[in-house]
Amino acid sequence: MNPTMNLYAVRAIYLYEMSRTARTLLQSVVSPVISTTLYFIVFGAAIGTRISQIDGVSYGAFIVPGLIMLTLLTQSVMNASFGIYFPRFVGTIYEILSAPVSSFEIVLGYVGAAATKSIVLGLIILATSDLFVPVRIAHPVWMVAFLVLTAVSASLFGFILGLWADSFEKLQVVPLLIITPLTFLGGTFYSTNILEEPWRTITLFDPIVYLISGFRWSFFNIAEVNVGLSLGVTLLFMAICLAIVWWFFKTGYRLKN
Amino acid sequence: MHSLTASDAQIRPARASAGMSAISIRNLSKTYASGFQALKDITLEIRHGEIFALLGPNGAGKTTLINIVCGIVTPSAGSVRVGGHDIAAHYRAARAMIGLVPQELTTDAFETPPATMRLSRGLFGKAGNPAYIEKVLRQLSLWDKRNSRIVTLSGGMKRRLLIAKALAHEPQILFLDEPSAGVDVELRKDMWQLVRSLRASGVTIILTTHYIEEAEEMADRVGVINKGELIVVEDKVELMRKLGRKQLTLELREPLAAIPAALSGRGLALAADGRQLIYSYDTRSEGTGITDLLDAIRNAGVKFKDLQTTQSSLEDIFVGLLRQGS
Ligand SMILES: Nc1ncnc2c1ncn2[C@@H]1O[C@H](COP(=O)(O)OP(=O)(O)O)[C@@H](O)[C@H]1O
Ligand SMILES: [Mg+2]
Repeated sequence: MNPTMNLYAVRAIYLYEMSRTARTLLQSVVSPVISTTLYFIVFGAAIGTRISQIDGVSYGAFIVPGLIMLTLLTQSVMNASFGIYFPRFVGTIYEILSAPVSSFEIVLGYVGAAATKSIVLGLIILATSDLFVPVRIAHPVWMVAFLVLTAVSASLFGFILGLWADSFEKLQVVPLLIITPLTFLGGTFYSTNILEEPWRTITLFDPIVYLISGFRWSFFNIAEVNVGLSLGVTLLFMAICLAIVWWFFKTGYRLKN
Repeated sequence: MHSLTASDAQIRPARASAGMSAISIRNLSKTYASGFQALKDITLEIRHGEIFALLGPNGAGKTTLINIVCGIVTPSAGSVRVGGHDIAAHYRAARAMIGLVPQELTTDAFETPPATMRLSRGLFGKAGNPAYIEKVLRQLSLWDKRNSRIVTLSGGMKRRLLIAKALAHEPQILFLDEPSAGVDVELRKDMWQLVRSLRASGVTIILTTHYIEEAEEMADRVGVINKGELIVVEDKVELMRKLGRKQLTLELREPLAAIPAALSGRGLALAADGRQLIYSYDTRSEGTGITDLLDAIRNAGVKFKDLQTTQSSLEDIFVGLLRQGS
C-alpha cells in the first residue's frame, strides 16, 4: 500500500457510490429531467411569452443556467448527504472508520462521487434545455469551472449535512427549507436586478446569488454581480465547507465515541 | 506513580518478547462522553498466531476494547500497538493488518456479496482480486448467493458475509466480536472450523464471547474482563488446572437424612434428596485425601453403588471469578 495515500480506498468508495447511482438510475436521472422539462413548460413557455427579454436574452434561455444550478445544488446536497448518512444510520460506517484511510480520502471518495453525478445531471439538463431553446455559451471553460466548483462545494455541504444529521427528517429538511428557497431567491428564474430595495440588498446575503450570477455570465456574458466576486464567494464557500469537514474528522464529531 | 498491580506485572515478560506480540495494549482506559468508564487500565499482550478469547458478561467492555484497537472508538488514556505500529501515529500500517467482524449484523442492503467485498478490499488498500474474493465466498458457502442482494440473505448468511468482508484484504489479525450471537449450532461448528484453519495459516485471532464453551473449544489463551477490568489472563489449560476443581460424586444405596457425625468436617455435602454424597477438591493440592475419605465413609457404614468425578468447566471458573470480583 502506498504509505502517503490510499488510492485504492478512494477508488473503492467512489465506485461503490457510483454503483448506487447506477442502481437508482431512473429516479436519479429521469426525475430531474422531467422536472426541468416541466419548469420549461411552465416558466419558459407560459411566462416567457409575457416577458420578452432580460438583458437582451430571451427568457427561455435566461432560465437555463438557473435551472442547471437548481438541479446541481439540490442533487449534490442530497447525494452527498445520503451517501455518508446511510452508513452511519445502518452502522456500516464501522468499516470506513476501521480502514487505513485518511479523512481526506474518505471525503474525496464520497464528495467526488456526488459531484460527478450532479455534473452529469447538469450536462443532461443542458442538453434537454437545448431542445426547447437555443443555448449559446459565451465562456465554455468558465461554464465548466463554475459547474465543477458548485458541484464540489454543494457536495461538501451535503457531506457535512450527512455527518451532522441524526435523523432522516433533518436530512430532508435542510435541502427543502434552506437550499431550495435560497436557490429560488438567488435568481433561478429572474434577474435579482429587477428587485426593489431592500430585497435587492437582502439577496446579496444569499451565496447562491453569486453562483447563479457567475454561471449565467459564462453563458450570456451578463451578470448581476461582478464575476470575480462570484468566483471568490464560490471558493470561500468551498473553503468554509472544507474547514468544517476537517474539524469534524479531527474531533471525530458524530463519528467516533 | 501508582502501585504495582497484577496488570503491571505483565509488562515485563512482554517487553522481553516484544517482537512476538501481535497486539500490545498498555494502560488503556476509556471513559465515554456520558462519564461512564468502560475500560480501566487494561494492559494485555496478544501473541502472534494465537486464538485469544476475551470472556466477560454483557457490558464488561469487550466491544469497547476491540473498537479502540480497530480505530472506531478513541481511547481516553493508554496506548495500543498492532504489529509494532502505534494505532494513532501509524494508523495506516496498524489498521491494514486487521480485519474486524463486528458484533452487530450491519450490512449493506442492495449490493451483492462480491460488490461489498470489493469495497472492503479497496478500503484496506488492496488492488482488486476476483479470484481471492471468489475463494473466500466459496469457503463461507456464499458463492451461490453472489448475484443476490444482501437484503435477501438470511441472518446466518449475513454473519458469514461480515466474516468474508473482514477477510477481504487478507488480514494478519482477525477480530470476531461475539461471532456466535444468534447463530445456530451447525453454523457455529463451521465457523470454529474456519477459525482453526485461519489460525493454521498464521492469522492471529481475538474473539469475544459470553458462550464459555466457545472459548473452551477454541482458545489458546483466555482473558476475563468484568466491569472494565481485566481480571485474569491465562493459558486456557493452565487456567483450568489452576482454578479447576474436581468433584467426586457418590451414588448412595440408601438416602441419608444428614451427614453422619463421623464424617463431619470433611467438606462433604448431600445432594439429590440425600441420594448423593459430594466431595469437592482442588486439583492443585498434592494429596486429595480421597483414599482416606473412602475408608472413612466405609467405616461410617455408608454404602454407595457408583461414583464419578467431574472437572469444573471454564464456565464454572468464570462464574467463580466473577463472584470473587463482586
Ligand atoms: N457510546 C457509549 N456511550 C456510553 N456508554 C457506552 C457506549 N458504548 C458502550 N457503553 C457502555 O460501556 C459498557 C461496555 O460496553 P461494551 O464494550 O459494548 O460491552 P461488551 O461488549 O462487553 O458487552 C456498557 O456498560 C455500555 O453501556
Ligand atoms: Mg459487545
